[in-house]
This record gives sequence, C-alpha cells and structure tokens, in this order.
Amino acid sequence: MTGHLAPRPGFVLDVDRNSPPIVFHHGEGFRLEKLPPGRSRVIYPAEPLEGLPDPDSAIREALLNPIGESDPLPALLRPGMKLTIAFDDISLPLPPMRRPDIRQRVIEAVLDLAAEAGVDDVHLIAALAIHRRMTEDELRHAVGDRVYDAFAPDGRLYNHDAEDPDGMVVLGETPHGEDVQFSRRAAESDLVVYVNINLVAMDGGHKSTATGLSGYTGLRHHHNVHTMRNSRSFMDQENSALHASNWRMGKIIRDAGVKIFQIETTVNNDTFGREGPLALLQKREWEWSARDRMQFLGMKAGLDVMPTKVKRKVFSSWQAPYALTSVQAGEVEAVHEVTTENVYRQHLVPVEGQTDILTMGMPYICPYNVNSIMNPILVMCLGLGYFFNLYRGRPLVREGGVLIMSHPTPWEFNPVHHPSYIDFFEQVLADTTDPVEIEKKYEKQFAEDEWYIHLYRNSYAYHGVHPFYMWYWGSHALQHLGRVIIVGGDPAAVRRMGFQVASTLQDALEMASDVVGPQPTITHMKNPPILMADVT
Amino acid sequence: MKALQFRRNLPRYAAARMAGSLTPGRGAAAGPLKLVDLDGPQAPGPDWVQVRPRLSGICGSDLATVDGRSARYFEPLVSFPFIPGHEVVGDLADGTRVVLEPVLGCVSRNLDPTCRPCSNGHLGNCEHTSFGDLEPGIQTGSCHDTGGGWSTAFSAHPSQLHPIPDVLDDEAAVMIEPTACGVHAALAAEVPDGGVVAVLGAGTLGLVTMAALRAYTDSGTVVATARYPEQRRQAATLGADQVVAPDEIRRAVRRITGSRAIGAPGLDETPTEGIVDRLTGGADVVVDCVGSSTSLTDALAIVRPRGRIVLVGMPAEVSLELTPLWHREIALVGAYTYGIETLPDGTERRTFDLASELVTEAGLGSLVTATYPLARYRDALEHAASAGRRGATKIAFDMRDEKERLL
Repeated sequence: MTGHLAPRPGFVLDVDRNSPPIVFHHGEGFRLEKLPPGRSRVIYPAEPLEGLPDPDSAIREALLNPIGESDPLPALLRPGMKLTIAFDDISLPLPPMRRPDIRQRVIEAVLDLAAEAGVDDVHLIAALAIHRRMTEDELRHAVGDRVYDAFAPDGRLYNHDAEDPDGMVVLGETPHGEDVQFSRRAAESDLVVYVNINLVAMDGGHKSTATGLSGYTGLRHHHNVHTMRNSRSFMDQENSALHASNWRMGKIIRDAGVKIFQIETTVNNDTFGREGPLALLQKREWEWSARDRMQFLGMKAGLDVMPTKVKRKVFSSWQAPYALTSVQAGEVEAVHEVTTENVYRQHLVPVEGQTDILTMGMPYICPYNVNSIMNPILVMCLGLGYFFNLYRGRPLVREGGVLIMSHPTPWEFNPVHHPSYIDFFEQVLADTTDPVEIEKKYEKQFAEDEWYIHLYRNSYAYHGVHPFYMWYWGSHALQHLGRVIIVGGDPAAVRRMGFQVASTLQDALEMASDVVGPQPTITHMKNPPILMADVT
Repeated sequence: MKALQFRRNLPRYAAARMAGSLTPGRGAAAGPLKLVDLDGPQAPGPDWVQVRPRLSGICGSDLATVDGRSARYFEPLVSFPFIPGHEVVGDLADGTRVVLEPVLGCVSRNLDPTCRPCSNGHLGNCEHTSFGDLEPGIQTGSCHDTGGGWSTAFSAHPSQLHPIPDVLDDEAAVMIEPTACGVHAALAAEVPDGGVVAVLGAGTLGLVTMAALRAYTDSGTVVATARYPEQRRQAATLGADQVVAPDEIRRAVRRITGSRAIGAPGLDETPTEGIVDRLTGGADVVVDCVGSSTSLTDALAIVRPRGRIVLVGMPAEVSLELTPLWHREIALVGAYTYGIETLPDGTERRTFDLASELVTEAGLGSLVTATYPLARYRDALEHAASAGRRGATKIAFDMRDEKERLL
C-alpha cells in the first residue's frame, strides 16, 4: 500500500494451497491461522480512502452550505439565543483518534461562528445516553483543551445525565407508543448542533439525538430484543427496526419544536496507520515483506509473554491516524443520506453467497471498553452484535451456520466501568442466556437499581441496564446461528454465555462439523479495519 | 466390639494436622484414630442402656478432630480415649430403633439440681459438661465413659434417646441430629417476617438450615452460597431462592436488598466505585454454616446495620476485623445443638421433634449419599472431607452388617 496509488477496494480472497496464514485479531494479541484451501475465503476491508486535504476548510464549507432544508449555520445563530452543542462520546471513533479529534475541529468551527454572532448561552454536552461518563482527559481529547478550559470550569461542558430527574423531559409519543425522552437543556434550546463521527453505518441520523440525548425510558422502545431481531441488519438503515424507531422519534423531536443542525463526519480506514508497529494489520498477508514477517513474529512473541495488564496499557495507548473523508451539515435526514454513502464508500465489500462457517478475529476494543477491559459480554456484543450485523442483504453466514470467534474472553470485568455487567454475568447468565427471558425477567430490576443509577450519575459506570442491551445486540445472531465457538477463550466464561470453547481453530472447525457437515465453506471476516459485507 | 478410637497422642496429632492440611480427611491415616477391638461398653450408671448403632454420620466437627484442626478450647471438655460419632441411629436390646440426642447435660451426668439451662431444656448450654458422674465430654462421641457412634456398641442415657417410627428409614433417621442443628440455627436467627436471609455454605448444615428456615420461619428471600454443582441443586431444592458461588455473595445480597456498596480503600488513587467490598445495607440475617475467617468476613460485609449473624459452622481460631460489628451494631450469635425451641407463634417444641418432622417432610434422608463399613474408615473420612467436590453431602458409617453387631 503506498500513498500515491489509489486505495484499493475491499477484496475477497479464495484461499488456496499457496495462501499464507491469515492474521486473526485475538484481544490484545494475534493468531496466525491457516484456513482450509479450496473452500475458504477471506474478506479484506478496503484500503483507507484519501482524507480531505484541508479538514478545517471542509468543515467551515459544510457549515456555510448545509444540505436539505436548513439555513447555513450563521443564519441560525443570534444574540440571546440558547445554543446546545451535543457531540458523540468516548465510544467513537475506535480506537480513539489522534489529536486533533474531529469533534474538536467541528466544535471550534461552530463556536467561532457562535462567537461572531454574539451567542453567549452555549452548553456542550457529551451525548452518551446511558454510557459511562467521560473523564476530564477524555473530554479534553475529544473537544480540545481550549474548548474544555473555556466551558468546563463553569459547568457549560458536561456529560449527559439521563437519570437527572430535573434534566430530562418527555417530548411526546410516536404512533407506535414510544416515549421520546430527551435532554431538557437540548429541548429548551433554540438550536441544537449535533457533532457526529460516523464510524459505522448504524451511527448518526436521528439516532444521534433520539438515542444520545435520551435515557432508559426512551431507549427501551428500540433497545430491545424485538427490535434487534427485526433489524436485518441494524447496520442497514433500509432494513433496521432500530433505525425506524429512531426516525419516528426524530420526527417527534422535530415536531416538538427542537431545531437540530446536524453535522456528520466520516473517517477512513486508517485504523492502524500506514507506518508503525501495527501497520501490517492493514496489509494483505501475501504482500508482506520479509521485514513485515519478522516484525509480526517479534511482536506476537512479545505479546504472548507480556502480562495482560501491560498489554492492555500498550493497546489502549494506540490512537488511530484517522483522516476525515467527508463532512456534511444541515437537516438531519438529508445529511445522513450523504454520510451513509460515504460510510459505504469505505466499508462495503461485495460478497457472493453465504457461508457455512463465519470466522472472526476479535480485537481488543469495542465501543464500550475504551480505556477498560473487554469483558465476556462485550466479546459477545462485538461478535454477535456488531460484526455479525456488518452486512447488507443477507448475513454472511447461512441460517443454522456456525460462528467462530477468536478472543481470550477472560472472566474479568472493570468494576468501575461495568458494575452491572458483573451482576449480569453472575446472576442473569447463570440462569438463562435467552434474550427474551432475560428481558422479561431481569431488565427492570437492573434498570431501576439505585446503586447502578448512583454509579452512572456520579462515577464512571455504564447504566445498570447496559449489559442487557449488549446481549440484545446479539439476539439476531443468536436466533440465526446453529452454534457459536470461541477459540482460545476462558472455558468457564465462554460456557456461561452458552457458547463452546476450542483451543485451536482446527478444533473449532472440527466441532463445527457436527452442525454444518464435514466439508463446510468458511469465510473469514478480516475486520478491523472495518468492512461491511454486501452479500448477494 | 469394634470401634474407631481416638487417643491422646501428640506426635500423631501433629501428623494428622500435617496430613489433613495437605488432603482433607487424610488425618485418619496419619493421626491418632485407630480401628480397635474392645470389650463391650461399660454402662457409666445404673440407668444407662446399650445402643448398637445402625448408621452413624460423619460431621464437620468430626473431620476437624480427625485432621487435627479442632480448637484447643475443647481440650478440657473431652476425655481420652474417646470414640467419635454423635449422629446415630441404632437399636436397643429390645429391638427399639432410636436416634441419639448426644448432648451430655446434667441429667445424664446425674447432677441434681440441674443447671439453669438444663432446667429450661437448653441442654446444649449445660454449665456442667465436665462435672458429675461422667468424665468430661460435651456430647456422646467426645466422652470416654459413653463411647460413641463409630462403633458396634456404646452407652446412652435414656434421656438421650428418641424412638423413631417405622416409616422413617435409617438414612432419614441419621439425618435427625444434624437437622436439629439446622432447626436450632434457623430459629436462633430470629428472622423478621419477609426478611432476607443469606446462608453461607451448602454442606449438610447449610442445606438443613435452609430447609428449616423455610419450614419454621417466615423468611422472605433466602440466598445461599454453594461451591459445587450438586450443592447448588440441593440448595435450590431445599428452599434457596438464589444460589451463588461464595465469591459472588456480596453482589448477590446487594442486588436482592437494593443496597448500595462501598469499595475497599486502596493504597493508591485507583477508583473503587463499583467494587463491592461491603454493603451499606444488607441482609437481615446471615447464617454462617462455614465458620471460617472468610465466611465471617463475608457475613459482616453483607448483613445490614443491626442485623444478625448466626454462627452455625464450628470455627476454630479465626482472624476477623470486628469494626463493622461495632459500627453497625451487628449481633453475632452462636448456634450449637438444640434442646427446646420457641416457635414464632410462641409454642415450645423439642428441637428433635421438629427435626424429625422436617426430615420426613423435606425428604432429608436423601442427603445421605454414601455409607462405609468401619474397616474402610480412611476412605469414609476422605470422602466426607471432599463430599461437596465429589457430589456428596452426608457420609455415614454403616454398622448394620458388622460381624460384632450381629453376635
């Protein structure tokens, strides 16, 4: 891969006898796996698109030339108005990007215009819904020191608090009976500017505000098993019940008089850098040089003997050199249509036909363990939720097929970030792994638990109900798959989730043959960098 | 007669302690316990009768003795050599089947007047356990003069014996004594109506205590700890609403009671929110059927302010931070054996009668998992010491086919 050549699109490799072993992500490490020739294929993501040459100019251009029925941002700003700038939280992008973060660039541009227009009443809110609060360091990283120092000390830059009884309002109800719960500050603002980073096709649009500035009362209407099972997939807006619900809520928000100026951005696939220690994760294995091979083997050997805590620290410190590939602003739906095209432009890979066995290497990070631990529930959510649903058309794996994931899956949790996850794992999954049963029997208790609410509001804990949503996220896959096997996982943790554990990929393939027969087709989804399969 | 005899022998005691620390129950092979042939028991008094054991259970306190883990507290309260065994169903000379209430109170010691606890029916609290006509010994099974159940014959005072109906088989009958301990513990817990109870441990004592809590108190949610799958299953069957691993009990009680929690203070600035070191509220009652430093620390961490901890499992020396006991005004009470119980409705019943009914109603005879002849005492004791891990609950000696008994 070289900078001066046009980036290559995603690619499907048919594995033959000459194909080299494939690198699988495996938490804070990697595995080299040889896939059976003649019936295996590997889907590679597209190479990183070129970034916009002058991001700051592109952002300003977007603010001045909005899409859809919207005035340019300066025309929406006036002295004496109440302005709220809401922005995506720590879950985006993944991994966190190098400074300056896109949010900082956009927010600074918006604040410049607000200052020019004489707007004084400005609040900035991390639209985290029921995610954990961002720390000062994380907020500084997202919005930049200048913005943080100007707004945080006097309480004008803060984390959304979905459990603040005085801070939330219900704007109405959709025709489907869904309560639209919303931030009072945002609802009472003359203008809400939303600053998004659209990493995957599920992000953005009305979901930014209808979810990001909502709370349990609102979220429960779409973060549930029924919705997730009827989102085929939740990454494909045309076929996503999750998307439809958020759009219905967006209409209620609009009809309630909340004016939203949506700013959406997309980044390229430069997750691991074109140079540096992780660069070879963006190269196709048969194109590795001898130096790449030596470097990889050295890195793998080092990681294999490194204590887990040290590995986590090393990986958590990685910041992606993402480049901005598009920025569009204006009316929510019109903006999001363009955003989605730009996401697809980077992520979509045409794939013909489904497979009997889908394999995935699970990386060290997902949206909910930034600076934290990838606990077993998050492994499930990333694999059966996010990665499984990265398809358009049909799932990559056929109904009744087998999903094989590779991850250490330790029985380990960050108690500060994920206190209710521990209880979910110890109590709920010990009882049942059926999402419907879990939702019916346990959700309310966890959602209303005072201690979880206290920790969500005052510490850095995900809301008590969050692990339920993680499990629901995988409910479509759970219904679709015949078996789930985790290679290299902790046996007790894997079994607690109702999955099977294998020590090697070969063992896993052997175990899968009970379900899919002796000569199954195998597809490896080589993700990340992110790809979305367009399956015909 | 044939008997397992425990002699005072300090070197062997040390060897038992060493062996038992390596493999629980292994103290039987290295320690002072021996299978011996003895003359028949000598009645310590004119009223005493001979009992020929049919089954005799192995209790946690027996295992502590065999493995050299017993507290030195008991040294003046036992008399050597003694024959262990206090969970006994046996036959009298006339063929009457009886169970033994092993406590040796004032009546069996031929003391008159009796001490105040004995007068009130609280035999377990007898103030004269090392006085009177008998050598020291708090129960049959630790007194030289009486013999004990791990034999083909021993002596018993008529006040210690309870005839049992034919409907109760031997396995059920041998469970009456441990069940009486559970009944006594459940009633000593003074559970408020609908109160949350945590039972630590799902060995025999834990399981019978759960059954007793359900039968004789108005407990609300009962949460239990169990280390092994079969214990989990038994606990759920006998009345626990939730069964969790021992290291999950703090979070489980927090969830059930809606309490908040406090993390342990660290040496650095690492956040502790979300860690459940102890609860701010907690269970109304904790019944500790383990009796270790760990279980008592758990109990103090999960009981609510002004709550009650009932110590049923026999402790030895434990290391314990008692500040929470003081700060949260927690009551820590022991529950040893039985006597007369006052039920929540005010009626008074003998614990053994309540236990006998509970054994029948809850089918507790099924907890007897395996029996061994006396000759295989080493296997029996190792099995008992690893009962939970091996899917067992109560292990007992079976004397029904012993040659000496049939003579």
